[in-house]
Amino acid sequence: MAVGIGFRRRLDFLLLVIAILSAPVLSDLILSKVERQIDLTSQIARISSTIKAENDGSSSVSEILLAIPELQAKNLAYLTARVIEGKGKARTSGLALTVEPANPKGMPPALSFYSIVLPKPLANGDSVTLDVLAAFTHSLRPFPEKITQADIHLVLFQDTGHYLSPYPVKVQSLAVKLPQARIESYTKLDNTKTLGSEIKYGPYENLPPFSYSPIAIHFEANQAFAVARELVREIEISHWGNVQVTEHYDIVHGGAMSKGEFSRLDYQSKPQIRGASAFKHLVAKLPPRAHSIYYRDAIGNISTSHVRGDSKKTEILIEPRYPLFGGWRTAFTIGYGLPLHDFVFESEGKRFLNISFGSPMHDIVTDSITLKVVLPEGSKYFSVSTPFAVQQEEEIKMSHLDIFGRPVVVLKKANVVPEHNQFFQVYYKFNALAMLMEPFMLITGIFFLFVTCIVYVHVDLSISKSSASYLAKLQWDEVRATVQQIQNIINQCLSTHEKLEASLRDLSRTGDVQACKAARKAADGLLKELSKELKPLIAFLQSTPPAAHILPKVEELVAKERELQERLMAKHSTIVDSYEKKLGGKETENRVASVQQKIVALRQDIEDLMEYIDEI
Amino acid sequence: MASPESTINGPTKAAGADSKSLRNAFGGVIAFIILVLIGVLAFSIRLFSVIKYESVIHEFDPYFNYRVTQFLSKNGIYDFWNWFDDRTWYPLGRVIGGTVYPGLTLTAGTIWKVVNSLNIPLSVETVCVFTAPIFSAFASWAAYLLTKEVKGPGAGLTAAALLAMVPSYISRSVAGSYDNEAVAIFALVFTFYLYIKTLNTGSLFYATLNALAYFYMVCSWGGYTFIINLIPMHVLLCIVTGRYSSRLYIAYAPLVVLGTLLAALVPVVGFNAVLTSEHFASFLVFIIIHVVALAYYIKGILSPKMFKVAVTLVVSVGLAVCCAVIAILIAVVASSPTKGWSGRSLTLLDPTYASKYIPIIASVSEHQPPTWPSYFMDINVLAFLVPAGIIACFMPLSDSSSFVILYIVTSVYFSGVMVRLMLVLAPAACILSGIALSEAFNVLTRSIKFQLPGIAGNSTSEENGSSSVVAPSDVSKTEKTEEVAKEKPVKKNRKKEKENVEKKPTPSKTERRLLVLPLEASVIAVLLLVLLGAFYVVHCVWAAAEAYSAPSIVLTSQSNDGGLHVFDDFREAYSWLSHNTDVDDKVASWWDYGYQTTAMANRTVLVDNNTWNNTHIATVGTAMSSPEKQAWEIFHSLDVKYVLVVFGGLVGYPSDDINKFLWMVRIGGGEFPHIKEPDYLRDGQYRIDAQATPTMLNCLMYKLSYFRFVETDGKGFDRVRRTEIGKKHFKLTHFEEVFTTHHWMVRIYKLKPPRNRIRGKTKKSKSSVRRSVSSKRDVKGKRNPWH
Repeated sequence: MAVGIGFRRRLDFLLLVIAILSAPVLSDLILSKVERQIDLTSQIARISSTIKAENDGSSSVSEILLAIPELQAKNLAYLTARVIEGKGKARTSGLALTVEPANPKGMPPALSFYSIVLPKPLANGDSVTLDVLAAFTHSLRPFPEKITQADIHLVLFQDTGHYLSPYPVKVQSLAVKLPQARIESYTKLDNTKTLGSEIKYGPYENLPPFSYSPIAIHFEANQAFAVARELVREIEISHWGNVQVTEHYDIVHGGAMSKGEFSRLDYQSKPQIRGASAFKHLVAKLPPRAHSIYYRDAIGNISTSHVRGDSKKTEILIEPRYPLFGGWRTAFTIGYGLPLHDFVFESEGKRFLNISFGSPMHDIVTDSITLKVVLPEGSKYFSVSTPFAVQQEEEIKMSHLDIFGRPVVVLKKANVVPEHNQFFQVYYKFNALAMLMEPFMLITGIFFLFVTCIVYVHVDLSISKSSASYLAKLQWDEVRATVQQIQNIINQCLSTHEKLEASLRDLSRTGDVQACKAARKAADGLLKELSKELKPLIAFLQSTPPAAHILPKVEELVAKERELQERLMAKHSTIVDSYEKKLGGKETENRVASVQQKIVALRQDIEDLMEYIDEI
Repeated sequence: MASPESTINGPTKAAGADSKSLRNAFGGVIAFIILVLIGVLAFSIRLFSVIKYESVIHEFDPYFNYRVTQFLSKNGIYDFWNWFDDRTWYPLGRVIGGTVYPGLTLTAGTIWKVVNSLNIPLSVETVCVFTAPIFSAFASWAAYLLTKEVKGPGAGLTAAALLAMVPSYISRSVAGSYDNEAVAIFALVFTFYLYIKTLNTGSLFYATLNALAYFYMVCSWGGYTFIINLIPMHVLLCIVTGRYSSRLYIAYAPLVVLGTLLAALVPVVGFNAVLTSEHFASFLVFIIIHVVALAYYIKGILSPKMFKVAVTLVVSVGLAVCCAVIAILIAVVASSPTKGWSGRSLTLLDPTYASKYIPIIASVSEHQPPTWPSYFMDINVLAFLVPAGIIACFMPLSDSSSFVILYIVTSVYFSGVMVRLMLVLAPAACILSGIALSEAFNVLTRSIKFQLPGIAGNSTSEENGSSSVVAPSDVSKTEKTEEVAKEKPVKKNRKKEKENVEKKPTPSKTERRLLVLPLEASVIAVLLLVLLGAFYVVHCVWAAAEAYSAPSIVLTSQSNDGGLHVFDDFREAYSWLSHNTDVDDKVASWWDYGYQTTAMANRTVLVDNNTWNNTHIATVGTAMSSPEKQAWEIFHSLDVKYVLVVFGGLVGYPSDDINKFLWMVRIGGGEFPHIKEPDYLRDGQYRIDAQATPTMLNCLMYKLSYFRFVETDGKGFDRVRRTEIGKKHFKLTHFEEVFTTHHWMVRIYKLKPPRNRIRGKTKKSKSSVRRSVSSKRDVKGKRNPWH
């Protein structure tokens, strides 16, 4: 069936040729020399032609027409033309010329025309040399269309042996470069010869306009047929110093569909034979100083990738989760950060992003690319300049803590080849102060959070200020505060007691009776003062009803404390006395013993009471 | 009761020096900072899996939860309740909205929504991965609150710190382990806290909160039955021991009424909240507490003599009524097929139940009883501290401490039944160990302090002098050693925290002059306790880093040159399925991989980890254990296009399908008697080498696992079973290999299309299909409460 299609297509071409031949000649231009080279070493068919055009007519010519059969035209991804100046080694190619689709009248409908606008009109007798590069995708048709794991992968390429042009061509030649020397079959015209993996046609001389002779080449192709059916590239600019690129790929192996089993055993033991049509990895060439590279898909990180970097580029080798055979698909995401100063510049008050358009993958065909440039929040007056035509949209993206959202420039293009990896520019105006908005927002947010907390803690939120329970609560709070104060005072008393004890110890060490007495006096004074302070507090407790149940305990505490005070004083004076009288240690101890016991008991009581009060 | 101020008030009593009053003022702040640090610790100790592996959902069940959350975030809550999932249990489907505990999903969904409405673009996956660590931080705070209610803030902080890193809980809540238990433990502890809080305050406000917390727990996990049985038990205990109070009534009655109403709102529970016997205990106690309340009320208004008369009257009438009620209850319970108890609950009461009657429950390793080493692994030193904690709870015994004791006792029992319920034990162990540690430090530091100069009172002056010379140096030594310990390998801030936790209780407790230990002994004891804590920390960090952080869908191994070799075969296979097969293709595999297949490959599966339909699982088990032809017929009758098997023989991955195969035979044989386990065993031994039985060597699982395996090394040496396989060269007639992953861990086969009809042959195959289909009885779906 595939043969049938191919055959029919060839028939179409023949009909086309007949139609073409009847068309009128466009102008008096003559192509004196055409050298074509078709590069089929990758899945993209690149046809570069060197065309020397002469004006044979009387009027000057300002544009040259290129004719491409419609069948190929729909696969045309890229077309440029350059003027070549000089000859031999001194050849230099000039700037790219404008190439635009043309629709000249009276031309056969099966052809698409593109016109190259010459930099200066070609006067009579003048000649110009052009270098035209055209890249076609999906023009290598797998044949057979379905293969097994062990089969070799063969593709079919069709083109014309003679240069198809609306102008007469004097001399022309064609060279087809194939990836491997293994050629299944190819169309033989006169003057055809093969040279390793290269097939040469021509030279042919003096062919009329619209000469056409179809050729078909059937050859083995084991290169990666990686086709990104869809690629979404998101480039997010952060003026904090980063340009984040995220690329979502949906990849399919565009070669012959695999049929039947996939045996891992065969693939692992003889990968060159039993897996020749599969591709295992892709190589992406990222800009230098790319950092934070990641490679993952919807279900997590993919660990099979390697990054090599030097000052010129960062190369990343990514292996999909499984080797891709014909028709197999996979999807993944890669992302990386780039330093801002490498890609964003400022000129005339405007900033602009200057970054390459297409996928960084080596030799990948992208069926449809969506490029989103996310500008920082607050950017205005943006405009885009691209080296080729793209569809342009705008949208808003809400991201980290945005309020208005970030403007997004969306660029869409179908059928993209690596030749499209040219720099494009997005101009925009951005005030650097806008960068501070988000930190400021955060600070304000947290500030208000704290303020709210403070307010909440300090504001009385009870609904009824005169209700009984509210008043009772207020009173209870007061009682608690008072009890707290009492406790503090008692504690101070206790520490004074400690001081007294300490002075006794000093006495036993130094024998300084006077100092000890002085300490007692000081302590006495202090304790008296404290008990004075206690009085109003106790009185307050007595006067407030909610404190009724706590009052007895507090009073007991105060009483006990006073008793302890007295005992301590007594003990102190006894010991000091006995020192003065120079009594022995044992006798002193005897005299103090009973008091000492009481003191210990009282202390215990006081502590228990304190604990009890504390728990209320 | 103990209010937050107690932290501030507490130290005032311990002699009023300036530095101390400063500490009082900041006591609350310090406690707050410590809590924040504990939260950070709980969160960050669970991030090992993200750092060592990647931010990915782990294991099996989390994938289902993740998928449900994705659905929720995409389609909204109403679609979620009505979700009928046709991607699983083909051709039966599953009503997700009505059979899933929605707590976790709703929590993560809400977090996702809130975060995204603040324009912080986090993916659902990220939210799901980090839900568990966040909730473990909450759980440790809840443990603080609970323990604070029981034994004061010091014990609370210690318990929170222990819970933040207890390995048992870490095993269920590492980042990525997006499972019900992660939020349920928080809900469990928080519900208990609110119960105790209500019990201590008698506030109806807390009682209402308690019912809400209980509702959240019911939403989250089937383990809510633990709460609704434990609390009634405690109430009963209080009543029996004469501790009935109005606070107890407030704590219990609203919980039962509101809680049951709320629980019935959760679709998966529904009328089970009043129909199954797991809940009956609560109603019984509800009645009892009312009777007791009435009795107390009557006792209050009657004179003692009249009361006695009334008692005899009521008791005789009451007994009769009780007997009638109990008889009705028993009748109701007995009339339901499983006696009103679901299978997994019965496993709890009778550990042998599952292995006797339900192979599918017994086949899950986490439903097995734990071994002793697993206690040491999962709760480590806490196992030794718990008894001390129980003793500490007895002095003095209060309502709240009796609850904690009851909690530990019951959870120890449950954990002994099912290894999975170790998780319920972990918080209890942490709380009690926290109490134990805090009390121990309290006693020890008090004894040290007591023997310092200025505080000691009753020794003679000379002795005092000598001890005052010795003591300070000792204390400074202790501090130094603590500082030394701080600089040891353990995390620094963690250590600091711990130190604070240890020091905290000292000032907060008033000094009793009991239990004074010798200075040297207490210093050494403090040192030993610090060492014990350090050991615990080291163990926890090790467990978090090494034992529990593997996501199980990615395996790694250390290669000889020190590099890391990654086995990412599962995702390779799922990714292949998701990109290279038709969206509506059905994939058959053992139920373990059901959730992952639906979540990662987005393909329809026959059975999954929900295991609600035993017959369906048995059908797949039968197919796997049948010869190729019969298996093909079964699968074909179920529309299956691909069969997925997990095979570890090449790289030595032990938990593969061949090792699980006997369960397939058992479960299949349970429903389809022509599959007999002895046919697969040679002399009672399970083997796949040359000695294996022909049935074994011809079954589908064997063939799919070992297809062309012999060609890898020429001998067919299985690295898991450590033997050469029995049947080496064979061909598949009804299946074809379509994909095998890099390390052969997952192999996917496609069913060959049916052959052209040959007279007679088709008839036979059809009849056998009908037989297998007709013999499927539709066993009533068992809702699993522990799921």
